[in-house]
Amino acid sequence: MKKRVSLRNPQLERWDFQFRIKILVGVIAVLCLILLIRLFWLQVISYSYYHTLAEANRISIVPVVPNRGNIFDRNGVILANNTPTYTLEINPKESAPVDQVIEQLSHIISITPSDRKLFHKLNEESHGLAPVAIRSRLTEEEIARFSVHRYAFPGVNVESRLIRNYPLAEATSHVVGYISRINQNDLDRLDDEDKLDQYRGTNHIGKLGIEAHYESLLHGTTGSEQVETDSSGHGVRTLSYSAPVAGTDLYLTIDAKLQLAAEKAFGDHRGALVAIDPKTGEILAFVSQPGFDTNLFVDGIDQEHWTELNDSANKPLNDRALRGQYPPGSTIKPLMALLALNSGVRSADTKISDPGYYALPGSTHHYRDWRPQGHGLVDMFLSIVQSCDTYYYSLANQLGIDRMHDFFSTFGFGKKSGIDLDGEVSGLYPSTAWKRKRYHQDWYTGETVISGIGQGYILVTPLQLANAIATFANHGVMMRPHLLKSTRNPQNNTLTPIQPEVVATIPESDEHFNIIRDAMVAVMKPGGTAAIAGAKASYLIAGKTGTAQVIGVKQGQKYNAGQTSEFHRDHALFVAFAPADAPKIAVAVLVENGGHGGSTAAPIARQVMDNYLLGLPTTAVKEDTQTKNSTDEEASHD
Amino acid sequence: MIKKLLDRFIKPLDPTLFNTSLILMLMGLVVLYSASGMDMVKTIGQVKNLLIALLFMWILASISPNTIQKLALPIYIFSLVLLVAVALFGEVSHGARRWLHIGPLHLQPSEFMKIALPLMLANYFDKRGKDRYWVDFLVAAVLLIVPVLLVVKQPDLGTALLIASSGFYVIVLAGLSWRVLITLMIGAMASLPLVWHVLHDYQKQRILTLIDPTKDPLGAGYHTLQSMIAVGSGGLLGKGWLHGTQSHLDFLPEHSTDFIFAVFGEEFGLVGELLFLSLMLVVIIRGFFIAIEGSSPFSRLIAGTLSMTLFTYTFVNMGMVSGILPVVGVPLPFLSYGGTSLVTLFISIGILMSVHHHRQLVKQ
Repeated sequence: MKKRVSLRNPQLERWDFQFRIKILVGVIAVLCLILLIRLFWLQVISYSYYHTLAEANRISIVPVVPNRGNIFDRNGVILANNTPTYTLEINPKESAPVDQVIEQLSHIISITPSDRKLFHKLNEESHGLAPVAIRSRLTEEEIARFSVHRYAFPGVNVESRLIRNYPLAEATSHVVGYISRINQNDLDRLDDEDKLDQYRGTNHIGKLGIEAHYESLLHGTTGSEQVETDSSGHGVRTLSYSAPVAGTDLYLTIDAKLQLAAEKAFGDHRGALVAIDPKTGEILAFVSQPGFDTNLFVDGIDQEHWTELNDSANKPLNDRALRGQYPPGSTIKPLMALLALNSGVRSADTKISDPGYYALPGSTHHYRDWRPQGHGLVDMFLSIVQSCDTYYYSLANQLGIDRMHDFFSTFGFGKKSGIDLDGEVSGLYPSTAWKRKRYHQDWYTGETVISGIGQGYILVTPLQLANAIATFANHGVMMRPHLLKSTRNPQNNTLTPIQPEVVATIPESDEHFNIIRDAMVAVMKPGGTAAIAGAKASYLIAGKTGTAQVIGVKQGQKYNAGQTSEFHRDHALFVAFAPADAPKIAVAVLVENGGHGGSTAAPIARQVMDNYLLGLPTTAVKEDTQTKNSTDEEASHD
Repeated sequence: MIKKLLDRFIKPLDPTLFNTSLILMLMGLVVLYSASGMDMVKTIGQVKNLLIALLFMWILASISPNTIQKLALPIYIFSLVLLVAVALFGEVSHGARRWLHIGPLHLQPSEFMKIALPLMLANYFDKRGKDRYWVDFLVAAVLLIVPVLLVVKQPDLGTALLIASSGFYVIVLAGLSWRVLITLMIGAMASLPLVWHVLHDYQKQRILTLIDPTKDPLGAGYHTLQSMIAVGSGGLLGKGWLHGTQSHLDFLPEHSTDFIFAVFGEEFGLVGELLFLSLMLVVIIRGFFIAIEGSSPFSRLIAGTLSMTLFTYTFVNMGMVSGILPVVGVPLPFLSYGGTSLVTLFISIGILMSVHHHRQLVKQ
């Protein structure tokens, strides 16, 4: 191995140096080439990729939430709108530890334990990344008090928000429904419907009633804002803006005045009332009593209120009008009579003898009439006026259940009415086929007999009952019951009315309708079962009372309301339309455990009709005084 | 009279180096104005730095390489003492001991070593005369390794490698046998896995990031990724001056210092980069010519080494910005903001000019 580098000759040294410099230049050339290839790859070949990344860095799309459509009644009374309110919001990213902040805030404004609970729940959901409200609906005084102490609370701000407001609250709870915070179920559903994009930035969604059913109309179209943002996410400037389209305003068929009047007429009674314009199917009043304050749900209901509503024996959250299923009782007798005429099984003049009970041929079992001593010789007219049970026991036996089933089905029994609300139930009208399928059993004739007076398997919703009586009033033309009267485009304010829709036309002669209508008019007159409710009416009312047993009464026993606990008392029913000669309103009323139809349900219906037709105010129908004196059967019982 | 004075003033300045440097500096100021978010104060500050740097350049250009050579040993010893002082009393910041406080001064002695080491080695080989024994290379290696190890211990691996490289260039240019050189390179490659184990975690991460910067886009890979996005989105012609979004919206880290080339690439595209690199190569090649014409071994060695070092900085910085080299705190000559690096740069250019200006004088 050489021990030294011999560079004795200066020329040789220079030559070696130059050679080495050339080598370095070569190295530089290679490295420059590598660099250029890399830059070419970045800036030419992968340009669009990095361009996209740079754009994604700087541009963020911020959703612009549309204002939700308002809901009005048929006369423009506000049922749901958006009102500005002030909320106190904590941004955990900027504030001191939230527990400490809330503790300090509670000395300045009132913060309930449920406010705290709700805050923590929402804060958890947002992972502490977004501002969350600790209090909503601040009063002016609270805002002022906070403003004074504001300097001590970084990251805590008073924000102005539009909040959904239901001015009529309880009275319209089951019609209008409510919106509430979007939860995981809603998100999953929106994902399925491919609507998630539309709900970026939206916090609330319709959960019940019209708010839920017409969600897609009410929500509107979300706009977007392209914002240039810096690395810390702060907007620098707006690049483009596409305005949101506000949700459609809805005009309902509901008459708020009538709705309130009906609610008032119910007083403390539980029950439901549905009033329909028979000509169009427009629902004028849709009441389920008691209601609840829908405003509580908008920002998430607190545990206290929820428990109170959910555990209440009065079940305010149940929509009795839409989802409550009850035996219709004697309210179906006019339709039974119509079927008798229609089928030719019995003419209007045919008289039967009522000894106070009906027994099937060859049987000793007594189907009792409500009047123990019987009604004597009864024709069709009297059978409706006095609500004779025996007449219909024997009629049912003559008709047979399947004929009854087919006929009642045309009046909407056992079928959804198609109302524009979600969650409607279909009720039930039995048939031999149904029983075989459901119970794998044969139909018994006795079951036909009790079906004749609306007992047994038959179940209807108050909505179905109202729909049936409206169809009757309309001489067999069934209109689809609906709540939406018209929509208003918020851009140009044009109203688009919803056209009434004929669901079915039942071929039946006007003469038959008129025979039965006349009997129903007599129900409201002295001698009829709803004579008290019909007293001094300045227009003709056609009505029919009904009672639905909650518990069975054994053979040989007598039902005694006074000895029965409140929740086991009979349900009172009443159907009516008026004016009888030119119907403008058809009503079905159900009063849970209200006893006799004539004494509780009919007066409520009368008040509602008075209010609608005459504009008279209503008063609460007092607790049924007649039940204590149930011997006054002419007036109180069906 | 005045003309004569001006002549004397201008004479030492090599026109090619001077003009190209000024053009590059001008480009640097233009980019800095944009990169700093149109900060006029900062831009003017850089102009002040430039004036100071130009003064240093002129002083060094004016004095002869012999004089510079005489200063080599004192500067080297001084820098070494400072490095030891850092190791003993240095201020710890960000987990590294790099800075030294002496009164009002705030020094980073490793920066001095970047020039002190090549000066010392060039001086050493010059002194050893025309015969270079292997012992000389061994001594040179010791002179190189001691300061480099001190910087590695700080730890500042990037700067240590840059210092080592400048010393290494002197040794290569001084005539290290090719056989030894190749053996050394093979040895260095073979020891890479060993080096990996010695590396700190953050250093390992920087290297891993190169392989896939998108693996940890918000963490270790953030700098590299954002810088690549900036350069890549610049495309062929760039987004235009002041229109780079990555820098103006703060996605780019260190956008007026170490990553300023990303701003440049984003706003001026591949074409702008080619222009910059060409001008850089003009300076470097000019430096090589000066080196070849150098009158003494010291002049030749120092000129060749400083030119090669200039390229090394340029390459390492551009390689880091374009994502082929790990993130190392190396400023880009002429573009990066900062007084120290600018003064160091123009001292190098001043030395090159001195070598060129005094090539005849020294010969005699």
